[in-house]
Amino acid sequence: MTTVDTTTMAQALNAAMLDAMDADERVVVFGEDVGALGGVFRVTDGLAAKFGDDRCFDTPLAEAGIVGFAVGMAIGGFRPVVEMQFDAFAYPAFEQIASHVAKLRNRTRGQLALPLVIRIPYAGGIGGVEHHSDSSEAYYAHTPGLKVVTPATVADAYSLLREAIDDPDPVVFLEPKRLYWTKSTVQLPVRTEPFGRAVVRRPGTDVTLVAYGPSLPVALDAAAAAVEDGWSVEVVDLRTIVPFDDDTVVASVRRTGRCVVVSEAAGFAGVGAEIAARVQERCFHSLHAPVLRVAGFDIPYPPPMLEHHHLPSVDRILDAFDRLQRDDQPDTRFLALGSAK
Amino acid sequence: MADRKHDDGWAGLLPSASPVRFLTDSGTPVRGRPAYREPAPELLRAAYRAMVLGRRFDTQATALTKQGRLAVYPSSHGQEACQVGAVLALDESDWLFPTYRESVALVTRGIDPVEILALLRGDAHCGYDPRRHHVAPQCTPLATQTLHAAGLAYAERRTGSGRIALAFAGDGATSEGDFHEALNFAAVFKAPVVFLVQNNGYAISVPLSRQSTAPALAYKGIGYGVRAEQVDGNDPVAVLAVLAEAAAHARAGNGPFLLEAHTYRMAAHTNADDATRYRSDAEVDRWRRRDPIARLEAYLRRRGQLTDEDVAAVAAEAEEYAARLRAAINTDPELAPLGLFDHVFGAPTPQLREQHALLRAELQAEEVPA
Repeated sequence: MTTVDTTTMAQALNAAMLDAMDADERVVVFGEDVGALGGVFRVTDGLAAKFGDDRCFDTPLAEAGIVGFAVGMAIGGFRPVVEMQFDAFAYPAFEQIASHVAKLRNRTRGQLALPLVIRIPYAGGIGGVEHHSDSSEAYYAHTPGLKVVTPATVADAYSLLREAIDDPDPVVFLEPKRLYWTKSTVQLPVRTEPFGRAVVRRPGTDVTLVAYGPSLPVALDAAAAAVEDGWSVEVVDLRTIVPFDDDTVVASVRRTGRCVVVSEAAGFAGVGAEIAARVQERCFHSLHAPVLRVAGFDIPYPPPMLEHHHLPSVDRILDAFDRLQRDDQPDTRFLALGSAK
Repeated sequence: MADRKHDDGWAGLLPSASPVRFLTDSGTPVRGRPAYREPAPELLRAAYRAMVLGRRFDTQATALTKQGRLAVYPSSHGQEACQVGAVLALDESDWLFPTYRESVALVTRGIDPVEILALLRGDAHCGYDPRRHHVAPQCTPLATQTLHAAGLAYAERRTGSGRIALAFAGDGATSEGDFHEALNFAAVFKAPVVFLVQNNGYAISVPLSRQSTAPALAYKGIGYGVRAEQVDGNDPVAVLAVLAEAAAHARAGNGPFLLEAHTYRMAAHTNADDATRYRSDAEVDRWRRRDPIARLEAYLRRRGQLTDEDVAAVAAEAEEYAARLRAAINTDPELAPLGLFDHVFGAPTPQLREQHALLRAELQAEEVPA
């Protein structure tokens, strides 16, 4: 047992892999720059030194190759944990992920399961140049057969990654890169709620604010700021997009009667849209207002000096609260819709 | 005898300048001594039997498409030497990574023909148990399976099992990125894998000249440091001889081996294709004269290793095989619609349980047995 008083999310992820490799020699970590360098975000720091080149190794620079090779190794009895260096650089692997990783168990009626983890640093907010800030969760969540996990806290980073490595199914593990350096006082190892359980991070009575991964801190800030306006906001952290925890979200919205979903991905056809639809389907008679989404704009991820205009902010979330019809007035933004000839 | 060694340097990686042959088109021995060891007569007789069985399977499967029993069937006619050779040159515990066209290889591995055809009949994506036969599901997205073969082979090397893998691919698949990444990964990690490219001249309708201007596809090995060879893919003796060397090379820890087999798809891409739109009858006739079964039969008969009785016995066995297949596949498969939810994940999510209940209600309304 390691005791760390103040640990970062990156360190927690590192410790999760280290402990998993200690516990099971079938666990292997590979990808680009994960060996001697320890990964561009240092998440695999020290693993090659401790476990040797056979357990943590650099590969050729080819993402489809990394994932396809992992599929073969998993069939051969290993439990690969592979790193895609950045969200947008995982796209060459998409065919392997969508056509094989997600489907092999199903295609073989359970004979070839794939216990493998694809770690992907994702989303923006770190001033990255283009192709380094994509929110790609919807692509994976829309692909049946993949579990899609994204921690927002240091403790969850450790616990969810350990669970992902132990899981019998493939897991796309999305690491919010802007939270890599967030610190928390956590004693490792730690186990939090399992896959498929959302967690109420802040209780409230007037509105449910659903968030995940990189958007959780801004959601909590908005909830705190909304107190001044008289709103008691309940913040739900999804933690795992797939499997999705309808129960926790629905129970919260039925209590509060209002729901805002925040996600920094482009809103159109995104995970936020799915959540809004599910809430509307299940909570219609409890709702006092339409379910609203606060999302990134439907634009290619902007240059770093402009990204703060794109990302959901506290103000944009507070603005959404203002539209929640506390006084039962229609949302003026949509009044013109449908009237044009 | 194979005398080129991996440590000869880069020149030892290069393929022969022309495809390795043991037999002429008519099945007589070629002049000169090939650089590979000739397979034992018993292996050649086994290959003859397997090719005849495979072709009968192929003819039967094509007929089943006309009867509506199969949705589609991509024929292996003409490519039997490659598919049979690949299986017979390997041990039964070695892994195969086939494409949709490798049904004859799967027949040769001993998989139940109805299980092989489940994919094309449409009752399952993979009708056989991959772990039991050490055969991955037949792969449709081109070249993607070559990476799985590389990874599996590396896993086998790491565990010291002694097993190797063989990945099938076609000429068109050599243009896909995954093919190149697989060669490269296999080389870098010294994975014991044989890449067998059946160059049948066409990717559906697109001729080889639109895939590559390489002197031969086997030359794609040198850029990755992979030992390569090219062979007359309609010469079963040569295919078996070179594949034996390729398998030994991989099993001995020398890393991957790329083999290009020059062959021809005698039928269209599938029963749904019209090959007359892109190739000439004269071309097909030229390849008909290089038929792999006829060549091996002529060779073995000439050497007294195959008699009229042997040929008749194999033909009768093939007819029995086809009759059994017809009888078995004319029984409608038992479908279990609720099984659709069984293997999405190890355990179903709450959402899948809800959808399972929805389908069950639909089935009850239709009175379809679940």
